[in-house]
Amino acid sequence: MNERQIAVVGAGMAAARLAEQYQARGGTARVTLYGAEARAPYNRVLLADVLTGRYDAEAIALPVGGARLRPGSEVVAVDLDAHTLTLADGGSEAWDELVFATGANPVLPPIRGLRRPDGSGLRDGVHALRTLADCARLAEDCAKARRAVVVGGGVLGVSTARALAALGLAVEIVHQGPHLIERQLDAQAAAALRGGLRALGVEVYLRNRARALTEDGSVELAGGYRLSTDLTVLACGVRPRTGLAHAAGLDVGVGIVVDDALAASAPHVHAIGDCTQHRGAVHGLSGPAWEQADVLAARLSGADPDAVYTGSRPLARLSAGPLEYAAFGAVHEDDEDQGADPELDVLRLTDATRGSYKKLVLRGDRLVGAILVGDLATVGDLTRAYERDDPQPDQPLHLLTSYGVSR
Amino acid sequence: MSATPPRPTCDVKDAYRARNTHDNVVKCPAVKVVGMTPPTDTHCPYCSLQCGMRLAADPVEVLERPGFPVNRGALCGKGQSAAALLDPAARLTVPLVRDRRGTRRSGELRSASWDEALDRVAAGFTAIRAEYGADAVGVFGGGGLTNEKAYQLGKFARVALGTANIDYNGRFCMSSAAAANRIAFGLDRGLPFPLEDIPRTECVILVGSNPAETMPPALRYFRELRENGGTLIVVDPRRTRTAEQADLHLQPLPGTDLALALGLLHVLIADGLVDTAFVEARTTGFEQARAAVMAHWPERVERLTGVPAAQLREAAQKFGTVRTGMVLTARGPEQQSKGTDTVGAWINLCLAAGKAGRLHSGYGCLTGQGNGQGGREHGQKADQLPGYRSIEDPAARAHVARVWDVDPDALPHSGRSAYELLDSLGQPAPDGVRGLLLMGSNPVVSAPRAAHITDRLRSLDLLVVSDLVLSETAQLADVVLPSAQWAEESGTMTNLEGRVILRQKAVDAPAGVRSDLWLMRELAERLGVKRGFDDDPETVFAELRRASAGGPADYAGISYDRIRAEDGVFWPCPAEDHPGTPRLFLDAFATPDGRARFAPVTHRPAAEEPDAQYPLYLTTGRVLAQYQSGAQTRRVGALNSAAPGPFVELHLLLASRLAVVEGQPLAVTSRRGRAVAAARITDSIRPDTVFMPFHWPGAGRANTLTNPALDPTSKMPEFKVCAVRVEAANTPKGEAA
Repeated sequence: MNERQIAVVGAGMAAARLAEQYQARGGTARVTLYGAEARAPYNRVLLADVLTGRYDAEAIALPVGGARLRPGSEVVAVDLDAHTLTLADGGSEAWDELVFATGANPVLPPIRGLRRPDGSGLRDGVHALRTLADCARLAEDCAKARRAVVVGGGVLGVSTARALAALGLAVEIVHQGPHLIERQLDAQAAAALRGGLRALGVEVYLRNRARALTEDGSVELAGGYRLSTDLTVLACGVRPRTGLAHAAGLDVGVGIVVDDALAASAPHVHAIGDCTQHRGAVHGLSGPAWEQADVLAARLSGADPDAVYTGSRPLARLSAGPLEYAAFGAVHEDDEDQGADPELDVLRLTDATRGSYKKLVLRGDRLVGAILVGDLATVGDLTRAYERDDPQPDQPLHLLTSYGVSR
Repeated sequence: MSATPPRPTCDVKDAYRARNTHDNVVKCPAVKVVGMTPPTDTHCPYCSLQCGMRLAADPVEVLERPGFPVNRGALCGKGQSAAALLDPAARLTVPLVRDRRGTRRSGELRSASWDEALDRVAAGFTAIRAEYGADAVGVFGGGGLTNEKAYQLGKFARVALGTANIDYNGRFCMSSAAAANRIAFGLDRGLPFPLEDIPRTECVILVGSNPAETMPPALRYFRELRENGGTLIVVDPRRTRTAEQADLHLQPLPGTDLALALGLLHVLIADGLVDTAFVEARTTGFEQARAAVMAHWPERVERLTGVPAAQLREAAQKFGTVRTGMVLTARGPEQQSKGTDTVGAWINLCLAAGKAGRLHSGYGCLTGQGNGQGGREHGQKADQLPGYRSIEDPAARAHVARVWDVDPDALPHSGRSAYELLDSLGQPAPDGVRGLLLMGSNPVVSAPRAAHITDRLRSLDLLVVSDLVLSETAQLADVVLPSAQWAEESGTMTNLEGRVILRQKAVDAPAGVRSDLWLMRELAERLGVKRGFDDDPETVFAELRRASAGGPADYAGISYDRIRAEDGVFWPCPAEDHPGTPRLFLDAFATPDGRARFAPVTHRPAAEEPDAQYPLYLTTGRVLAQYQSGAQTRRVGALNSAAPGPFVELHLLLASRLAVVEGQPLAVTSRRGRAVAAARITDSIRPDTVFMPFHWPGAGRANTLTNPALDPTSKMPEFKVCAVRVEAANTPKGEAA
């Protein structure tokens, strides 16, 4: 048995994509995915809609090509010199190539009373939404709940709040920032989104920090105000899981540091997905994770040994019933910045009756950022224009409205 | 004689002028009183509809044939003007040969007697065979040949020449759909139902098909569908005349139809629209297919295809919430290096929605060429024997060898696919094909990477072309044989519905012209095979029936008389008392277990995606007034004036970026070459894509640019997607088309 072994630590989205593409690109080595979760890889992007019941938990499994799956087999140590890894059950496995795809953990905010008194985990009624197991627990609680508080008004918080509202719960979002999803949206877009959420029965408290969970399960805000609730969902972002890589002696910053070849700081060791830090960027989105997986699959399979990953142009995108937005790039550039940068041009279109808001940011003839909320008819062209960096005409109105052009 | 009073015929030119008022179908209301001979019932010489028409002999005139169900009397301008091709001035009437000095061609083609021409061919092939082996002589056929010719050509290759290397231009037509059909359903027939079922279904998704221009008389079925309250969804990177009639037009990037289909199935699953009872009872492989579509959620598909997620949802709802529906594909999704997988993904959608193997539901392929269907059933394809049998199946070899009265072990095995065959021409032995018999095809215009293929054709030791006109490929030949066509000989065709129809001889061929069947018989005899080749179509058909008997495409029960009496007979028809099979799969699919198979397919990029050097997509296609390589239609005055030359269609945003104006010569450059044609500016195409029709040779030849990357299963070249650069052509005088 001299078959070449590729061990993938983790069995999430990046791992599944790597396995599937490795086979598609003609790779012949034995690929094994070691996952801590008890189930085969699935599409995490769809979790909010597993919660709403739109997808069955079993139905969101992802293809893994010919890879061998080892679910419920957490890797607890790796030996970079001996080319072995150790599993939680004490077993040891050899590898020729090692891929870290350990993903990320939810960030637990500094809120008093979050954990059980014995520190063993989140207390009853408090949830994260990162795994199917999280999702099942939350769904169980939702069935007997009327009110929910979501801590965090970023991408995940908004999508979770929307899902909870779809289940008929009265939902409140507590968000520290000045407006929702402040990294990807500007104030006007966030206001439009907030309007959409309100129509679904979601209330938003901005510039508010959750300070504590009280005995009765209420959420206490920094100002002392209490939100009574039946359950609380934490949506405060994620942080790369790097403990194993760190312990193994790999170069770790916020994430596992990789170069354009997705190589970590030891030979035959690679990393992809949410656990990585590439040219300083840590993403936590499926798009960049899969782009990395595709490049590594091309390299390891031999289909394109010189493939490189030079970075992603990530897109924030939600589409859930009436709540739709897309945002990318330099969305925070504004009219007042035009004085400093004469090349800068900002186009806006607001339609209050339809609750839509659109913004294009151009530098010279290039699209450098955009937001669409509520009306996404031009989203296809818009993202293409950004990804391809095509020169645009003077007033690229076709990117704002489908009226008068082909779509 | 008809009792209808004579009415004036309509002029084809006028017909084209008036074409866009309601409908591209120009009905010619004429029933003209002609001489003493009654008109002959026959069919159009062009596309896969094989519209019924009547042909009067004196003067030669195309008349309507309202009783034939496919077109109910309607004809497009191509059909109406078809008689022009019978004019001796338009065509070849005498064999031509080119003399050689050593290995170099020299001089012009000159007239020759049939004996001289045939002797030259037989001697040449015999010499090549002696020096390089039997496989060094190749045969390249066409999807326009009758079943009888296609059948006998396959036999000629295997028995008279003993070569494995026979393939045909149908490989460029619908081989991807054929492969996907066989994988999913166990049988490949373009449509599993007659066209008349289209208005009776509730939702049709038409993928990469533009019948308004490519088969106008079929458009009425889609219009009737909508009049009956049904929904038409069109998928096309261009807002074609067909797309303009749709309830919903999805405009994906070229080469992303596969991702689009996966996205639609994803939404179907998410919205609970999967017909689970059907999936359980009549299919296999759903779990794997579902895993693949879980990797293609709407927002990701939007990014891959450019089609907004909301439109994806709308399409899935329209298709998924009705009881009956169809998906019909054409060359758009099929002519890709992943064409087989792409069609498989669309079939998956039908299967998951329970829209296959049921009345008024199913997946179908709209074939292109006149006999695209029959041409691939009877042995013209490198891996097949008559009756759609596999040439590698020992039982199939034994059966066919018995009919042919030869030793099964003497039959060659699979040969090269069309592009691989053309690419091997003139290459050194043992891999190179040194002599080629080419019948009913014009690869100089129609093959991908056409400049390269032209060089390959030029490098042959012996190129023999049988055609009715001096096509661009015939112009390169050593021997050109003038063949009878369409109205001058009888023969059957199998249209896109799987309906076997009969073209009946209506006029005599000009003196000097011979039929291809005769040609094969004469050549076989000169090659030492005295028996087994006949020049009477009905005799050849009788043998075809026996050869196909028991095969998937079983013609055993079909006769010329039955075809005449029944307006065509649908295969399979295993016995004379069998009614034929207009609708397939209603009880079971043709797989060993009777279940349809989901294909575990996933999206992948085109073989060549745009980059900094070649930043745009090129896609190619047809225009209303021309057909295929134009060898016929470019010779018909009315058609030629309606569509006189090539053009580059581009979006006005792209035109303004490139600072070009309507009609300006544009140079389009790919990694394979450069073509020049006039700009045609529109708002109906994606701004990142340009379109060129492929009917013309010379500077404006679209296929100079196209990419011969092949689908691994079907060997279909990627005609529909490649990367190009477009700029104003500051060309030397005369280069612009």
